[in-house]
Amino acid sequence: MRTLLNFLIRNNYYLLFIFLQIMCVLLISKNRNLQSTRILNSSNAVAANTFQTISNTREYLSLREENTKLARENAGLLNIIRSRSYELIQIASLVKNDTLYKQKYIYTDAKIINNSTNLRSNYLTLNVGSAQGITHDMAIINSEGIIGVIKDVSKNFSSALSVLHKDVKVNCMLKKDGAYGPLSWEKDDDYSTATITDIPIHAHIKTGDTIVTSALSSIFPEGIMVGYVTSFERKSGDSFYTVKVKLSTNFKKINHVYVIKNLYKLEQDSLEFKSQTHDKDDK
Amino acid sequence: MISNILKNIGRFAILVLLQVFIVKNINLGRYFIFFPYVLFILLLPFNTSKPLTLILAFVLGLCVDMFYDTQGMHAMACITMAFVRSSVLELFAPREGYDEQLKPTITYMGVGWFSSYALVLILVHHLVLFYVEAFTFHEFFRTLLRVLGSTVATFLFIYLMQFLFYRQNSNRIS
Repeated sequence: MRTLLNFLIRNNYYLLFIFLQIMCVLLISKNRNLQSTRILNSSNAVAANTFQTISNTREYLSLREENTKLARENAGLLNIIRSRSYELIQIASLVKNDTLYKQKYIYTDAKIINNSTNLRSNYLTLNVGSAQGITHDMAIINSEGIIGVIKDVSKNFSSALSVLHKDVKVNCMLKKDGAYGPLSWEKDDDYSTATITDIPIHAHIKTGDTIVTSALSSIFPEGIMVGYVTSFERKSGDSFYTVKVKLSTNFKKINHVYVIKNLYKLEQDSLEFKSQTHDKDDK
Repeated sequence: MISNILKNIGRFAILVLLQVFIVKNINLGRYFIFFPYVLFILLLPFNTSKPLTLILAFVLGLCVDMFYDTQGMHAMACITMAFVRSSVLELFAPREGYDEQLKPTITYMGVGWFSSYALVLILVHHLVLFYVEAFTFHEFFRTLLRVLGSTVATFLFIYLMQFLFYRQNSNRIS
């Protein structure tokens, strides 16, 4: 016993080092699991409030740009409404009954108060939280395109994975013919590009084609703008294209965003989970 | 003694704030990223006990982690750096040992000594940080480039900071 104690006292420095390293490994491994919540993240009160203050002051610098963006988005939305009503007048026999449609997505406006683009895993902090009805796995977009996915939520803030994160995958498709594949942020992508793998070679792909989110994702609504094809290649022996995409979102200038809640996500996910587990049982 | 402790606490706060509010927004692409907050570990007095250095580095890393959303990564890099620091200090020690009055800054120890001391420790910190962040050897050479680029960037930043804030000291001595 005494020798053990002596050993501990003599090597306390090394033991402390090992102890602290183990703590770090535990923290990191907890963080790597995308489903679990993190203890120390930027949605805690101290970090989020300081980010909020900084962001409030900085917001004044980009007011002009934000106004232009909002005006453009409003114009786009007005166009949609006008064209709809015109269509109704044309086809007088078609009656749109409201009970035929159910709301699937709820949009909440939010502000990005912390953002990074140059790390391998980039995170965002938003100024909305559980008090505003935000939960994890909700989509974030703005008028330009997709931005990220909510991960952790505190009462008034939430932290999110940016699309520029090595573990984030968004299901995307070619707007013109619906060929789909997962979009990810690979090691040679910078803040304005991303890569789609697994686009089948029978798809008629061209540079400049528009990429939008596909209906396969239970997080993003279908048809949200993602970007444009800049190049595509087929590796020898592969029956899929690897496509480079220029993202339509300027990740260095995101401020006002929308958080989207899918009202049927739970139902869809639990059904998918159920059939997957049944599948395993059968095997 | 007390003033020394206060000075270090102040430096801790200033460096963390500088890192997360100003330097975090400097963007020179993915190969040059600044982490000048490690200056706190570099400038700890020579007679700081080894376990205390480790604990201070751990706390420093956790503070930065909180703002970078990288739970534990900066902490791991910092304690590895603090662990190596004691060996590096022994390696670069002058023959008669360190004078307790001196501090590990350019003005006291000279450009040559400080550069080798700082470069080695920053390299260790960045190696751990970037490889844990990438968490794969698949991107080995790309990550290595980022490590080397950022080491140079951080070192230049720290070097310039020393000239900005410690000029008065040198005047007093000479």
